[in-house]
Amino acid sequence: MVKFTINGQPASVEADPAMPILWVVREQLGLTGTKFGCGMALCGACTVHLDGQPVRSCSTPIAEAEGKAITTIEGVAGPEGELSKVQQAWISEQVPQCGYCQSGQIMAATALLRDNPSPSDADIDAAMAGNICRCGTYVRIRRAIKVAAGLEPAKGAAQTGEQAA
Amino acid sequence: MNDMSKLPRSRAAKWTRRGFIGAGVLAGGALLIGVGVRPGNPVGELGPKVASGEGEQLINSWLKIDADNVVTAIVPHCEMGQGAHSVLAQMLADELDADWSLVKVMQAPTDGSYVVTDTIRMFVAAGTTDAPDWLEPTWNGLFTKIGRLADGLITGGSSSIRTTGQHTMRIAGAAARQMLVGAAAKEWGVPASEIVTANSMLSHKASGKSAPYAQFAAAAAEQDMPQTPKLKAPGDYRLMGTDAPRTDIPAKVNGTAQFGIDTKISGQTMTYAAVRRVPVPGTRVAKMDASAAKAMPGVLQILNLGDFIAVVADSYWQAQQALNGITAEYTAAESKIRSSTDQSAAFAAALDKAGDVGGEEVIGKGKVAEAMQVAAKKLSAEYQAPYLAHAPLEPMNATVWVRDGKCEIWTGTQVPLFARSAAAKALGLSKDDVTVHHPIMGGGFGRRLETDYVIQAVRIGQATGYPVKMIWSREEDTQKGLFRPADMSRFSGGLDAKGRLVAYNNVFTQRHDPQEACDCAFYDIPHKSIRVAEAELHLPFAAFRSVDHSQQAFFIESFIDEAAHAAGRDPLEFRLAMLGGSPRHKAVLEKAAAMANWGAKPAAGRGRGIALTESFGSIVAEVVEVDMTSGKPRVTNVWCAADPGFAMNPDGFRNQMEGGIVFGLTAALHGEISLKDGAVEQSNFHDYQLMRMNECPAIAVEIINGNHEKLGGAGEPGLPPAAPALANAIFAANGKRIRALPIAKQFA
Repeated sequence: MVKFTINGQPASVEADPAMPILWVVREQLGLTGTKFGCGMALCGACTVHLDGQPVRSCSTPIAEAEGKAITTIEGVAGPEGELSKVQQAWISEQVPQCGYCQSGQIMAATALLRDNPSPSDADIDAAMAGNICRCGTYVRIRRAIKVAAGLEPAKGAAQTGEQAA
Repeated sequence: MNDMSKLPRSRAAKWTRRGFIGAGVLAGGALLIGVGVRPGNPVGELGPKVASGEGEQLINSWLKIDADNVVTAIVPHCEMGQGAHSVLAQMLADELDADWSLVKVMQAPTDGSYVVTDTIRMFVAAGTTDAPDWLEPTWNGLFTKIGRLADGLITGGSSSIRTTGQHTMRIAGAAARQMLVGAAAKEWGVPASEIVTANSMLSHKASGKSAPYAQFAAAAAEQDMPQTPKLKAPGDYRLMGTDAPRTDIPAKVNGTAQFGIDTKISGQTMTYAAVRRVPVPGTRVAKMDASAAKAMPGVLQILNLGDFIAVVADSYWQAQQALNGITAEYTAAESKIRSSTDQSAAFAAALDKAGDVGGEEVIGKGKVAEAMQVAAKKLSAEYQAPYLAHAPLEPMNATVWVRDGKCEIWTGTQVPLFARSAAAKALGLSKDDVTVHHPIMGGGFGRRLETDYVIQAVRIGQATGYPVKMIWSREEDTQKGLFRPADMSRFSGGLDAKGRLVAYNNVFTQRHDPQEACDCAFYDIPHKSIRVAEAELHLPFAAFRSVDHSQQAFFIESFIDEAAHAAGRDPLEFRLAMLGGSPRHKAVLEKAAAMANWGAKPAAGRGRGIALTESFGSIVAEVVEVDMTSGKPRVTNVWCAADPGFAMNPDGFRNQMEGGIVFGLTAALHGEISLKDGAVEQSNFHDYQLMRMNECPAIAVEIINGNHEKLGGAGEPGLPPAAPALANAIFAANGKRIRALPIAKQFA
């Protein structure tokens, strides 16, 4: 029996202590926002927070969560579902394409901004290089992080775009 | 805009719901579908399939309106990140004069009624898309039949907006608007021409009457379906051409978006399958030792299905752990190609055999041999591109439940009807006994045009009889699928005394799709011979984002660049001089050059390269700047100009260009699937590297909007120019000409 909290709620699971957090969260707790991409901590799609620190849940055994707090993408918004600044920026900058990597991207960006509220481009590179986006939305992720940090104005999702003549 | 159009949603809901109950109408209302959609479509039959919610009224095949005045666009194409769901709804909503904040998208069911007639038409008979109006019903009827026979529910070829969007969704929206107006005119006793529609509201100024669409939805469904509803002229667009926010994004930022891999079956315990295919295509499992795996916790079944081994367990991790414990031997491969060197040798042999005139001529123009003989200067070059894996971040997966002569499937696919047929065939069932649900995809890029993984899953499901979710490991996904083919291409060219490219002779080995990818028809080159000399491919083929353009653009635009340098001309000027007959291409190239400030000298150690392509109806030019000061290529900037005719959602179009550029640069810098002992060498993202944030350049995209009626695609056209523009930039920076991909390892 492993005991921990998941998005603020106490949880206990019967699982092989070596089973990665990813599969416990997805299959036993039914929280499928956290994604499987590589199984080797190479792509970041499975990023969750363990006691606030971003970890690759595909390669972190559930035993390591004993007595700790796991936060997944489902726990990022407020209690009434109010979106975090990072999530809002992801919408205003219309970041996602397929969206499969974006839970992990948002978890990584959330941790970055908590530790470093005004990241430079180099800081963003360092914090986000572990998260692959196969659709190639990096320029938008970078901008959304700056928008969430208040370093750049939001483009505004509802804005009407002019086409260049 | 009428004040009543700002009616609060709650109030509209209240009295429209009462109206619905009074009318006693739920789904239904059989109607003919207008020209350009499909005459004789069985809407009455569709009602129960797509409009079963309380108070929902199906207006025609493609949209329904509920009691809360929410319009749901029923979209046939699949969503894999390209944004088609949202933009198709945007086009329908504009013609309907719907309030975008009250528009939802529903994936059309996997049903022959939703074949994408116009997409099929573009693929099989492009010429008929310019048919006169009176022929339209005939063509539509014909291609609908073809579509049903051919399981034509396909998402690919950057086609959704320019085919289904233009010729189905817009007409469906316009027809529904006209029907709502007709219903209101009858009820209010006023001329239809005096009724104004905006934001999902109908209003009549003189009488002061107004109502939400929902109030007249039931009556509208009783109206005759207009055969040729009037479509908006560009000046009247309200949503088309704007950055209407994508409907699918909110669910993608809070973890609620459901992909195939997230499938849950209500009331059922899920089991999980991990699989291992034979390492070399065409071989079989000769021997398997699963004794250790059998004893591992959670294991339910171990299957040797000949071409693959599967372990079914209580959890995916347990299944994968057990699979890792299974040892196997395989039969010998028939193919003589064992290594990448062998594959290159097979290409070279085919090209040697073809020589200067052999193979099959795809494009022939003028007299190449004679022009080459009298050329003032000659050049020749050979280029190569490797195999590539698509590597969508969501690995191949399918959830299946095979029982009692029926099969139910949940899987991300670009071809849901193909998947249904393939599963039926594998199981010996009729198509009607197979149901396919296809949630959004975590990337497709052409990989999910194939049904191999669906067949694999139903074979497992047939053995279990209980629900099972098969998930490929990243290693399987990298090594065992279908691939963008490797290719080799040889060119020779002749320049006249003025430095003009007058003779162009090219032969390559891979021809898949589309045919025009091998040509650069927009350049005025008087003597041309473009030939294919086909050679054996060791790994199975799958269309890759931009298909043949993904290799051909690198070959062609690198060679054009070499010709420019051989002529002693600036690469931009050299190209512009050949674009006299292609003003749109010229404008795109000039735009990209202006964005990059092409004439200015880049900083020391840096170089700029340019490339121009036309693919899937869109003309795209890109300028890449590369910094070589560290001795290794670092891409700093990409400037992209694109002419898609008209961008239905400019921000979405830009997002696709940005993604296509990153995809193209990823392949150019790192992409390589190589062979050893007949098997793929790479296995995961450490040795099959994808571009990451720290490598991603600044990207600027500008759209040239000519308000053309014929539209180009968005998903693929950003990719082709990226690799040649980068290769040309490296030459500009340090004089090293790149003739083979990938690039990064050449500077390691």
